[in-house]
Amino acid sequence: MKEFLTDQLKTQEYFLNMGPQHPATHGVLRLLLKLDGEIVRNVDMDLGYIHRSIEKMCERASYKQIIHLTDRLDYLSAHMNNEAVCLLAEKALNIEVNDRIKIVRTIMDELTRISSHVLWWGVTGMDIGAITTFMYGFRERELINDIFEETCGTRLTMNYNVIGGLRYDIHENFVKRTKDVLKHLKKKLPEYDKLLTNNIIFQKRLMNVGVISGEDAIAYGLNGPTARGSGVSCDIRKTHPYSAYDMVDFEEAIFTEGDSFARYKVRIKEMWESISIIEQLIDKIPNDEYKVKTKAVIKLPVGDYLQRVEASRGDFGVYVKSNGQKFPERLKFRSPGFANLTALNKMAYGLKIADLVAILSTIDVVVPDIDR
Amino acid sequence: MSYFSDIINGTKTLLTGMRVTGGYFFVNFFTKRDVITQQYPNNIETLEMFDRFKGEVIMLHNENNEHRCDACTLCEKACPNGSIEILGDKAKDPETGKNKRFLVKHIYHLQMCTMCGLCIEACPVNAIDWGQDFHHVEYDRSLLTKVLNKPGSKIMSGIKG
Ligand code: SF4
Ligand code: SF4
Repeated sequence: MKEFLTDQLKTQEYFLNMGPQHPATHGVLRLLLKLDGEIVRNVDMDLGYIHRSIEKMCERASYKQIIHLTDRLDYLSAHMNNEAVCLLAEKALNIEVNDRIKIVRTIMDELTRISSHVLWWGVTGMDIGAITTFMYGFRERELINDIFEETCGTRLTMNYNVIGGLRYDIHENFVKRTKDVLKHLKKKLPEYDKLLTNNIIFQKRLMNVGVISGEDAIAYGLNGPTARGSGVSCDIRKTHPYSAYDMVDFEEAIFTEGDSFARYKVRIKEMWESISIIEQLIDKIPNDEYKVKTKAVIKLPVGDYLQRVEASRGDFGVYVKSNGQKFPERLKFRSPGFANLTALNKMAYGLKIADLVAILSTIDVVVPDIDR
Repeated sequence: MSYFSDIINGTKTLLTGMRVTGGYFFVNFFTKRDVITQQYPNNIETLEMFDRFKGEVIMLHNENNEHRCDACTLCEKACPNGSIEILGDKAKDPETGKNKRFLVKHIYHLQMCTMCGLCIEACPVNAIDWGQDFHHVEYDRSLLTKVLNKPGSKIMSGIKG
């Protein structure tokens, strides 16, 4: 009887489009799924729906103008992306920035990371089926966005770093607001654990789902929290410290299980680490200039330059080939999301569609970052 | 056996989570302590944006309807996406008798502006600045093209042209 049933109920493999307008794909990402019943046999990623050729645009934009284009890559780590371009130009021109600039940049980076991670936390909860988390995540994010709005003028595409410093000085309320937010976060993050992390149903949805080993993670070039969930130490803040990261003491969040839940825990831990980094720096902002004088037209000397920073999703790199002109001859962004997405097929093989959604949200794709 | 313990554990952790949400439900119902939602557009009268908020680029005018722009076109050149067009003209300055540039129209295409702030930074006389208005909805995008210098306005005295 059983044999008869399996024979009769056997399905044939078929293809299903997930996206480009699927609510769980975090943007216009089209996945072509090869399915056997509900089991995923292959995932084909179809990119390019929001390709804006930003790299090409950068080749006819001056170095000052490039900065605001990087906001539009991974809009949830706009500040780190800006910083990468600024650090690159400062390195090429031998501009030494003072400690005030370094510290404010680092605080802004970590605020961005927290705001990105609370948003991710909310969205992950929602992808798994807990809509409340979405609202709670946004509540915390709103407070951080207020800091950005007050100091930088915008909430998302901050465009606050300029070559040689910061666009404006920090707002007078900045320190107080940041401290308030930290206090608020320290109260709310344990609630996140109560609400979601310790929930058995949620844990069962993530544990042993989308497992990827450390070797595979390296082979696929995974980076950021996704790789650190597989026990790979790859934090640029530790390996190639920039700005004020060598002044602070923090722990790199690493979990070794390699499953979706490990990636989840990495991000939760990173939020705590970010809080501690900001706490170490917030009282140490020295009185100094917020901007170093630079030339009106910035021309990098002939040569190749690379600068990496740790964005919220991992290793963000900018490569510039300069021929001494006002515009870069060639510019390339190395975006963390693209490398992370390539491992999706490996992670999702043999799992259900619902697990694929869980994996997608724990590798935290942001499609404008992937498509550029 | 683990089947039942799973159900019990699942319910237990679910209730822990619901205590959090339930707590907010009751606390916020009575005190509104943690409510950060702003009731837009009901609060449109009282809503105040931060003073650095980038809503649009505006040109500063004084009470005599005078601005500081001398049509030097530096903002036009700084803009990464051609959102600014300067229409200037030349006329004889009655004082010095030399030809002097003056501004006819400072055209600003809000629909293309990315709020990068490079124009404001480039302006040598601080003639333009951020405006905090963000109510820009229009039915046609051409309606977002604005002339920043007010009609009938002229340049303040003392600004070198
Ligand atoms: S803010 Fe930037 S995009 Fe907008 S008009 Fe000024 S330079 Fe152009
Ligand atoms: S607004 Fe400023 S930069 Fe632009 S044309 Fe006028 S004076 Fe020059």
